[in-house]
Amino acid sequence: MPALAFAAPFLEGLERSELRYQRCVDCGAPQTLARYACRQCGATRLEWRTAEGLGTVYAATVVARAPSEEFRALAPYTLAIVELDEGPRLMGHAAPGVAIGDRVRAEFFAFAGHKLVRFRPDRA
Amino acid sequence: MRPAYIAGAGNTAFGRHEGRGPLDLMAEAAGRALDDAGLERSRIDGVLCGYATTLPHLMLSTLFCERFSVQPAYAHSLQLGGATGGAMLMLARELVRAGRCSNVLIVAGENRLTGQARDSSIQTLAQVGDADFEVPNGASVPAYYALLASRYMFETGLTEVDLSELAVLMRSNAAKHPDAHLKEPITRESVLASKPIAAPLKLLDCCPISDGAMALVVSAEPGRSPRVALAGAGQAHRHQHLTAIADTTNYGARDAAARAFGESGLRLADIDYLAIYDSFTITLAILLEEIGFAPRGGSADRVRKGDFLPGGPLPLNTHGGLLSFGHCGVAGGMGHAVEAYRQLAGRAGDRQTGTRRRAFVHADGGVMSSHVSLILARED
Repeated sequence: MPALAFAAPFLEGLERSELRYQRCVDCGAPQTLARYACRQCGATRLEWRTAEGLGTVYAATVVARAPSEEFRALAPYTLAIVELDEGPRLMGHAAPGVAIGDRVRAEFFAFAGHKLVRFRPDRA
Repeated sequence: MRPAYIAGAGNTAFGRHEGRGPLDLMAEAAGRALDDAGLERSRIDGVLCGYATTLPHLMLSTLFCERFSVQPAYAHSLQLGGATGGAMLMLARELVRAGRCSNVLIVAGENRLTGQARDSSIQTLAQVGDADFEVPNGASVPAYYALLASRYMFETGLTEVDLSELAVLMRSNAAKHPDAHLKEPITRESVLASKPIAAPLKLLDCCPISDGAMALVVSAEPGRSPRVALAGAGQAHRHQHLTAIADTTNYGARDAAARAFGESGLRLADIDYLAIYDSFTITLAILLEEIGFAPRGGSADRVRKGDFLPGGPLPLNTHGGLLSFGHCGVAGGMGHAVEAYRQLAGRAGDRQTGTRRRAFVHADGGVMSSHVSLILARED
């Protein structure tokens, strides 16, 4: 169950190993997260598109102190915010050692009954 | 509109209060604030309170009022994360200025340390993240701030050594306050060697989880001299979630500060005391720099020059801040304002930093999401 009913396309995308993002039908602006209106122009006609899965690392950390028992099994793990080539930013797991500015590609892994994204260096 | 003054303040010690609940702690702090203001309970006609994660009651303000035996004409609670205390002060000022209330009691307290398991506390706080896009990754508040720090440090050149300077300053300030949670001396080296939490943040870059409470009285009556007026206030809310942050040169702090300065008719150069939110060392660095009390990337240089020491030109969080006085939620974020009031009123005891006339108070909630700035002015 998504926390936000209209964010369901994002979570359904994840289950199918796709990264989906919101885009304004009126002005074409892509946006981060899910909103009821376009951040740029305020229009409410929004569509979900699928990103290629390529992007650039915008921020990165290594989490040593996991917030729950299930994630303690993974710790330490790298989290990153990646700016997708299509424009939106997305938080995900990342390969150890990724740094700001690195080109990365999205992969997916199953964890605790869900799929999560993990970004790996893109060597292409 | 008529002016509004801070007429009194009260607090419990921060740390462990085994067996005491939010209302117990709130009542102690509120009782001290009333004593400090010289007000009888019957004179309180407004009550604003925060929230307690250990007591998620639907009507915390009136629950408190009944137990504390006050019957105000206006009451509710307010929720804005770490900025709640600042927002309550701003609202209390508006209620007094508009003539709606004459004496508003602001109170918050929580047994956040001993009232729940640490994992439970960490998970409750993590929910300020986006429930579909961020939280499922195993993120936590330290992880959000660590990601924020990584980008800010990349852009500004601020280093982990720089951040450690802020932690050391807060600890040395807390050592002089009898009610602070953490007083054991620390050094740059011990901060850098402390346990990793979420790189680049280590244990001593993060505030502790504490039990405690704080209260303030905002009044139309100036009270004793010197009086401390609430001279300006401003807010800004540019995003909720970390990934939605668009501009690392304006998280909202600058906008909130500009609104407060504009209203007060004062400028940055008029300020001689700082009360700045410091949930993490990076929070304090960013806020000091964005508001303009240090150049971008230059907050640690000002620490090294001694500018923010109690004896310097711009004393900063002389109670020890969230990093060392402690953090129990809403009351933690009120601690900065309580100390600023005491410094301006000349009532900070052994910590008094001479005569301080204009304090700038800033709080942020979420992940640099909600910002409240306040300007306090001493009037002799």
